[in-house]
Amino acid sequence: MHVLERAQFDTLLEALQQHGRQVIGPVRRDGVIGYEPVRSAGDLPVGWADEQEAGRYRLHHKDHGRLFDYTAGFHTWKRYLYPPTAVLWQASRDNGRLSFETPSETPPKFALLGVRACELHAIAIQDKVFLDGAHPDPAYAVRRNNAFIIAVNCGRAGGTCFCASMETGPRAQGGYDLALTEVAEDGRHYFTVEAGTKKGERLLDELELREAIEAERAAAAAAVEAAANQMGRQMPVDGLRELLAANPESPRWEAVAKRCLCCANCTMACPTCFCSTVHDSAAMTGETAKRERVWDSCFTMEFSYVHGGSVRKDASSRYRQWMTHKLSSWHDQFGSSGCVGCGRCITWCPVGIDITEEAWLLQEAHGGPTRTGE
Amino acid sequence: MTPTGNEAMEPMLEQHPFLRGLSKEQLSALAQCAALSSYDMDDYVMRAGQPANHCHLIHKGQVAVTVHEPRRGHVVVQTVGEGGVLGWSWLVPPYRWCFDGHALQATETIALDGEKLRAAFDADCCLGYEMLKRFTQVFGERLHAARFQLLDVYKN
Amino acid sequence: MPRNATKPEVSSPASADGGAASMAEPMLPAPYRIQRQRREAHDTFTLDLAAADGGRPPRFAPGQFNMLYLFGVGEVAISISGNPGTPETLQHTTRAVGSVTKAMEKLRAGDVIGVRGPFGTHWPTDHARGKDVVFVAGGIGLAPLRPAMYEILRNRAHYNKAVLLYGTRTPSDILFKRELKQWGGNFDVDVYVTVDRATGTWRGNVGVVTQLIRRSPFDPGNCVAMICGPEVMMKYAVDEFRRRGVDSQDIFLSMERNMKCAIGFCGHCQWGPNFVCKDGPVFRHTDIEHLLNVWEI
Repeated sequence: MHVLERAQFDTLLEALQQHGRQVIGPVRRDGVIGYEPVRSAGDLPVGWADEQEAGRYRLHHKDHGRLFDYTAGFHTWKRYLYPPTAVLWQASRDNGRLSFETPSETPPKFALLGVRACELHAIAIQDKVFLDGAHPDPAYAVRRNNAFIIAVNCGRAGGTCFCASMETGPRAQGGYDLALTEVAEDGRHYFTVEAGTKKGERLLDELELREAIEAERAAAAAAVEAAANQMGRQMPVDGLRELLAANPESPRWEAVAKRCLCCANCTMACPTCFCSTVHDSAAMTGETAKRERVWDSCFTMEFSYVHGGSVRKDASSRYRQWMTHKLSSWHDQFGSSGCVGCGRCITWCPVGIDITEEAWLLQEAHGGPTRTGE
Repeated sequence: MTPTGNEAMEPMLEQHPFLRGLSKEQLSALAQCAALSSYDMDDYVMRAGQPANHCHLIHKGQVAVTVHEPRRGHVVVQTVGEGGVLGWSWLVPPYRWCFDGHALQATETIALDGEKLRAAFDADCCLGYEMLKRFTQVFGERLHAARFQLLDVYKN
Repeated sequence: MPRNATKPEVSSPASADGGAASMAEPMLPAPYRIQRQRREAHDTFTLDLAAADGGRPPRFAPGQFNMLYLFGVGEVAISISGNPGTPETLQHTTRAVGSVTKAMEKLRAGDVIGVRGPFGTHWPTDHARGKDVVFVAGGIGLAPLRPAMYEILRNRAHYNKAVLLYGTRTPSDILFKRELKQWGGNFDVDVYVTVDRATGTWRGNVGVVTQLIRRSPFDPGNCVAMICGPEVMMKYAVDEFRRRGVDSQDIFLSMERNMKCAIGFCGHCQWGPNFVCKDGPVFRHTDIEHLLNVWEI
């Protein structure tokens, strides 16, 4: 474990840029911390922290000068690895001939700065979706294989976080090239740095950082420990997969549908949701056409349309599809839960529907564990 | 229609899928009501509004159950073929056919006399109950089919 | 005996390559030229396609589907309806019901469309060897079953009885009339056709296709049922097979859901834990029985 002083932070960004990487990191814009290109530490949300609750997100400025005191915002890293819109191919028609070609430009080599433990898990989950099947997605593969990941351990739990109960955080356990832990106390401000890959080690070597001393390691460990203890929400995972599979007709679905607006915010904010649709269009001249892939949501009517109508007409069946997929059938499909406990779907739900609360209510309605442990 | 009175109907009755599994005694009671009847192609096995005197167990051939609608002519509701049962209006008052039965090809049926059947069922309630259960299955099948057709599942 | 409807041995062109660097583009269509457009019924047509570059279309297994792309209009999932024994011509039989298929209906010989595939699971023609084979088709559902019929006729001696129960809306909706006659005549197939509504000079069966199951000649203890048609018709057909004592393991049906990618990325075709595009479209009844009666799943 090494130490990067706060004053040296730009050397990290410079090193990444010298390797031809576009650094994407946390940026405060429009009252939210999102993930956007950053050039120097000055672009980061210095001193900003969020306050989150179901249906609520506010930023507050503090004097501690921390770079990573915020928790998950509306953006997720899928924005860069699996962009919201992408041209899949272009077709051209000429004299009765039809040809197809994929876009020729190569995406930037990203360095993703500030990836949280839950988000590392989310990326690993999307890797399974896009790379592990019989037909891997080449566009995702290029972006993913070229990405350099700098994780940042959480020193604070967000108001809607529940990663501890999903066993996905708050400490990064792997899947990063470098992992940082921010410590700002007793007049010092530094980061402990660990490499997770050979790529990460090489960058560390270039930075010529000193080894961390025992007190610094201890301070970093304590910071992450504190985050784990702050977590207010818990997902009742015991037996949840089976319970959801067995209760497609639970009265709970009707109950939650009375509040759900089917706005699709939860699916857009979710770091693992991967559904998409395609848009076909032709140029006015009629000579070229293209197909774009855009993020889609199982909360729309069109999503399940087959000739004659939509399969999931009712909000209850759409919420059921989303939650059952996320917490139950995801296991059948990809070998893990599709939820990483980041809490985004709770924060960004305009009516404050809380997936952990819904899970508890389902558990309680169908003989599962109760919150009081009775 | 040329019913041929036949006391030796039992083996034929036993072969018909509708009566499979009945006891010797029950078959013999039914044989007392049974006669073979045959129809040429385009003959009518029954006509809507006419007294429903018989239940037809189809032995050979195919009968269309139709209804005449002034604008559309003869509308086929369904067809009943070999092994099928045609008609149950003889079972409930006023004992009149609701549909026409049009032989689509040369057809042979085992015609069971409705009045005799009702008497046999009254005399032997076990036979009556057993037969009613079987007819109920036929009603159920017809109702199911009618609802299914109503769904018009292949419609564009 | 396979537990699931089996994945085909044949591979689609998209899965041929391994590493990320040489990864094929599974979303990229290949141009195919229409050799012939044939009208099957007032709203149904068959396209005979050949690869525009003169190459051989990838092999397919009966029951699999392709994604057909019409320039600038869009893409639809359509089952392959042709003969797997003559793969040089790719056949698709389509009903013109949506914006893409209605536009495709206007295509003629010489026009070019995009094709990618084949995708999905196939009918259990191996599992059916040594048994009676009962096909139940409703409406356009005969098209995805036709390749399986071809395959069975090509190896007729390996199967016992072959029975086709086929229901359509009216007599004029009956597809592949010439072949139905041939199958019944030369190939020792028991073909029963029924219509929901009799019109014109029709003197055949009138009634729903599921009623044919009750009295058709097959051995419930040694048969395989392959069902394709509207979902409600398939459910009733399953009920009839179960009533006759056919094991759930021996009943297969082909499902339809919204599909955009055909390879499990887009999420649209999810049906319980299944992706209909890759875990289906052909499912073994045992595996999906619990989903058939759940509303809006």
